[in-house]
Amino acid sequence: MTGLFSEVFLSALLFGAVTAAIPLLLAGLGEQMSEKAGVLNIGIEGMMLAGAYLGFVGAFYSGSLWLGFLTGAAGGVAVALVMALLCVRIGLNQIVIGIALTLGLEGLTALLHHFQFSRSYPRLPAAEVTVIPLLSDIPVIGPALFKQHLIVYLAVALVFGMGYVYRRTQLGLNLQAAGDKPAALDVAGIDVVRTRTVAVLTTGALAGLGGAYLANVGAGLFIPFITNGAGFLGIVLAMLARGRPIWVLFGALLFGVCLSLTTAMQVAGINIPTDIIQMLPFLAVMIMLVLFGRRASLPAALGIPYERGAR
Amino acid sequence: MSSFSSSSAAGRDIVALEGVTKRFPGIVANDSIDLAIRPGEVHVLLGENGAGKSTLIGMLSGLQQPDEGRIVVDGKPTPITSPRHALALGIGTVFQHMMLVPTLTVAENLLLGGPWWQRPRTEELAARVAEITSTLGITIKLHAKVSELSLGEQQQVEILRAMVRNSRLLILDESTSMLTPKGIDELGALMRRLVEQGLAIVFITHKLKEAAAFGDRISVLKLGRKVGEIPPERFRALGEQEIISEIVELMFGQQKDDPEAVERPVRTVHAEAAPLLRVADLAVAPTDNAPGLSSISFDIRPGEILGIAGIDGNGQKQLAEALAGQRATTSGSVRLDGAAIETLSVGERRQRGLRYLTDDRLGEGTVGTFPVSINFFLKQVGAAPFWRNGVEQRAEIDKRSAQLVREYDVRTPSLKTPVARLSGGNIQKVLLARELAEGAKVVIFNKPTYGLDLANTLASRQRIRDTAARGLAVLLISTDLEELLSMCDRIAVIANGALVGIVDNADDARTKVGRLMIGLAA
Repeated sequence: MTGLFSEVFLSALLFGAVTAAIPLLLAGLGEQMSEKAGVLNIGIEGMMLAGAYLGFVGAFYSGSLWLGFLTGAAGGVAVALVMALLCVRIGLNQIVIGIALTLGLEGLTALLHHFQFSRSYPRLPAAEVTVIPLLSDIPVIGPALFKQHLIVYLAVALVFGMGYVYRRTQLGLNLQAAGDKPAALDVAGIDVVRTRTVAVLTTGALAGLGGAYLANVGAGLFIPFITNGAGFLGIVLAMLARGRPIWVLFGALLFGVCLSLTTAMQVAGINIPTDIIQMLPFLAVMIMLVLFGRRASLPAALGIPYERGAR
Repeated sequence: MSSFSSSSAAGRDIVALEGVTKRFPGIVANDSIDLAIRPGEVHVLLGENGAGKSTLIGMLSGLQQPDEGRIVVDGKPTPITSPRHALALGIGTVFQHMMLVPTLTVAENLLLGGPWWQRPRTEELAARVAEITSTLGITIKLHAKVSELSLGEQQQVEILRAMVRNSRLLILDESTSMLTPKGIDELGALMRRLVEQGLAIVFITHKLKEAAAFGDRISVLKLGRKVGEIPPERFRALGEQEIISEIVELMFGQQKDDPEAVERPVRTVHAEAAPLLRVADLAVAPTDNAPGLSSISFDIRPGEILGIAGIDGNGQKQLAEALAGQRATTSGSVRLDGAAIETLSVGERRQRGLRYLTDDRLGEGTVGTFPVSINFFLKQVGAAPFWRNGVEQRAEIDKRSAQLVREYDVRTPSLKTPVARLSGGNIQKVLLARELAEGAKVVIFNKPTYGLDLANTLASRQRIRDTAARGLAVLLISTDLEELLSMCDRIAVIANGALVGIVDNADDARTKVGRLMIGLAA
């Protein structure tokens, strides 16, 4: 058992946890924004897939990871535009459209990938890391947490940025009112549809970025359905986080550790069937839902399209 | 607070409606209404449910647009295009349903609506609120969550919000409906202080006492039309009782050239005939959202129409449901043709000939997505000849439905059309056909013409008269006194869940019923 607890092993485990947590974090933060404004965004998995595919394409042809992140975010926004148009402006059922978008993007990205890359299976070079001086010298957590790609630090900074927006800005008030009592926002003179559209498009950008990270930094390649439920985990995180970005971060890290453990335990050669190890993250989801599910408090108007004058 | 008095010279209209008409499918909600709103006045809009008050408010606050007529702001015709536009014009509305975000604090709610790129200006707000509240004599807990406030406190927050936004016109929609008596008095005092500062207030209510106590000018609405106005000069000259009786005259009085006016045919009811329905000391316990019933006693003889008059929400629905068996009673007896039925179920009462036409035609009366044909037999599902061994007999159903559609003149594209696609009048015909079918002895009509257009109203009334002429006993519940006076043999008045009197429908019935409705002895 010494292998399991060696410094190198723990450090690798943590590094993997962070890598796995970032897409969940971005998806969770994005979903949280939509839900705050009253839109249940089931299409987030589709937005991540669009982000992963376009992010990979962008990075592959330009050779720049940052351009890849940009195209990935744009891909997520494109899917979010469809969602905003159908569910926010026209007021169609958010669950049905969300599922349709996810399934549609799953097929579309797999098809495009098949035509473009199925013969070559290209890979991106390993992502460059930004080493933070001094902090990265701490044993175990130093190499794991402070030798990451710059986007990781930005994602964590985003947690605090969004916390500030929600608690301290007019936009935060508007978002919360759009989800809890849209009619009150409307009579206060703010366009509910516009506020919700902004939220959904932001979700698209964050989910697309998360997908691009998954493909470009996490895997270095694109494969069909690469997200493997990361968007849905993001929905779970957003629902349990009670509107607080910091809880999304904690949740994402917890799931990240579970996901990383599955890899680590397989590498360490522990005598447990792989199938069971791979179930671990989803077991964690169920345990978290059982423990904290009742704690979830969702906006009162979540999932209900706004129609002026309807009571 | 100088902004109010300086910006608006006393006596000139801030907002005026000129011939404003608003139609909804099947209903004229507002019919060419003129209204003048002046600073320094509490203008009371009085009318029952369905009189068109809420629609009027919707148009003033930018939620709805008039179909005809125009709204004049400061002497200029101005279409109010959105809630934001209404706010910019200085029109602040306190809606009947609270428009505060329960999860935000009072301060955050007041700040809602600012430019999104700005930080909320909390300090500025606190100073402004302190300035306003000190002149009004109210205290506001700025940092309390709205969900922790009482309804009265929430309402003060909404009024304060309108003041913070420099409203010149404050609209209060049924603001007393959820307040305690003490809260209502406080609101009245607050309104007085506000108009003294030069504000204009539109106060919507259906309670006569509040109108007389708090108003400077009263406009009475009835079925979408403005039927009268009491200007301030006249208001001051009259005592409270005189004002109330004048309002009663406006609300319930006979109108000239009323198209609905029909001479009531003289019918002979055999006074010696045994009553078909006899209700004695019926009582129902009050619930959270409905008043109870107490000491309800009346008889209805064959061929007689007994009316139930009263301001809406005084227990009419509870009475109908208690008789139909849909609501548990605590005491009293109900005898149908001599047999006690108070312990029977809804279905058994129907079987015995007691029929109930609900006022909730789509919610409770029909299944909107089901075809017209099935809706005719909703209360006989499973029974022969329309169902045999649990299997639907399509041919039987269609045959009988076609017959009923003809007989009751239901205007429907086909028998298969979902009933919700029909107009209110035709849905009512489906209900009439179902409930008046074979075996009916006593029929309860709850607001049978509510929301119907004139043609369907007249048709429904004729159908009810015919029902009585066939020798059935009819209980007609309505908030339209005209309707009752034109149809009933006797009229009982319900107030706060109790029958306060029964009046023979003779020449002086209008006055007697009116007096009973507002709590005076007949």
